[in-house]
Amino acid sequence: MNKKNNNKFEKDLKRLEEISELLEDNSVDLDDALNLYEEGIELSRTCISALKKAELRITELKKKLDELNLEDEE
Amino acid sequence: MNRSKLLTVSEITKQIKQTLEADFSQVSVIGEISNYKAHNSGHWYFNLKDSDALICCTMWRSFNSYVFFTPQDGMKIIVSGKLSVYPPRGSYQIDVRSMKPAGEGELQAAFEMLKQKLNAEGLFDPARKKAIPQFPQKIGIITAIDGAAFKDMISVAERRYPLAELVIAPARVQGSGSAETITEGIKLLNTRDDIDVIIVARGGGSIEDLWSFNEEAVARAVYNSKIPVISGVGHEIDFTITDFTADLRAPTPSAAMEMATPDINDIFAFINDFSYNSTLKINEYCRKGRKRLSSVLSSYGFRVPLDIVRNKSQLVDNLLYKVLQKTDHRILLHNNKVSLLTKVIESNNVQRILERGFTLVRQGNKYIKRKAGFDSNEESELIFADGKVKIRPGNNE
Repeated sequence: MNKKNNNKFEKDLKRLEEISELLEDNSVDLDDALNLYEEGIELSRTCISALKKAELRITELKKKLDELNLEDEE
Repeated sequence: MNRSKLLTVSEITKQIKQTLEADFSQVSVIGEISNYKAHNSGHWYFNLKDSDALICCTMWRSFNSYVFFTPQDGMKIIVSGKLSVYPPRGSYQIDVRSMKPAGEGELQAAFEMLKQKLNAEGLFDPARKKAIPQFPQKIGIITAIDGAAFKDMISVAERRYPLAELVIAPARVQGSGSAETITEGIKLLNTRDDIDVIIVARGGGSIEDLWSFNEEAVARAVYNSKIPVISGVGHEIDFTITDFTADLRAPTPSAAMEMATPDINDIFAFINDFSYNSTLKINEYCRKGRKRLSSVLSSYGFRVPLDIVRNKSQLVDNLLYKVLQKTDHRILLHNNKVSLLTKVIESNNVQRILERGFTLVRQGNKYIKRKAGFDSNEESELIFADGKVKIRPGNNE
């Protein structure tokens, strides 16, 4: 689940960079520019809220390590 | 001892064994390792030699697990133990209980030797280094779970990029068996497909403390990891073989976490810049659009239809004026006629005549205008200005 969300964060951020570049490059027409702008602002909000909500998670692999050790010794 | 007595092989071997094992029950020997082999059982077999002599050594698993380094051929070491005789082969060997490098220089020499060997194999090749992902979702960490290094890394991750999840494979990071737990940790994390980057870390310490990161097995495991590995071992000045095989070397554990994570403040700044710049940009787009639009609208081509419309509109106004004028005239004529007729009608108003004293006679539905029309046998009604009187038929001829 998490993987998807975080990938989404990365994707959103990359898209934001892309939009930023597209807007800087004056070749897009007004209609597209407006759509890009709208999309970009929406993405900004999503990213900021993801960052503000984030809390570091820590997982320990100890149990699995022990299992692996047992398997190795067998 | 009676040397003339005939002995069997077993008997003499037994006597040698007793003599040697009693006389050499506790020895310390300095020498260079050669032909070192770690058996699958975990026991170590090697020779110690100098320029003129060689002696076999064994070190059982239960003892060698306390040795912090893996012996290498050519390394000068000091072993302690006892001499033992192995009757089936008529051989003697040192049963090693403990082992240490003959000096600091020995570890350094072992380090250089392994470094050269792995370098020659191409394990340090910059072209083989994997890129560190920019936005890791899960960061695998191999370190001591109760160590200061792990705490430091947690606080760096919390500060810089709390979006990440830290997946720790706890390991011993110094002393015997540490190389194995580190290697296992790397392999374990590589069995998963959700780890974006691995940090192999340990706080500062002596060369002996850091030695597991100079072990060939660890260096190779790091090199073979499919997941990119950042090494953060010791302090700035400490270099380990693992640092050379890692995809990225960080001077400390905290620095490793910094290299593994983007800074949340940079991301916020980027997003803020985006909002600001893109708003400016879009306003510019709109301004340009409006300018183009108004220049198009004011062009001659766009003015022509408007002029046509204006001309037609004037024509319509004129026509309408004429129509209204004519209509008004006719209405006026009709009004005059109506008022004339009204006057005629008013002059013939019966009520007015009655007011002057005349009377109307009605029989049934008819008003009687002449004597000839009067029927004396019928009921009559006399209508005055102020009311009606009914008259029944009688003899009034």
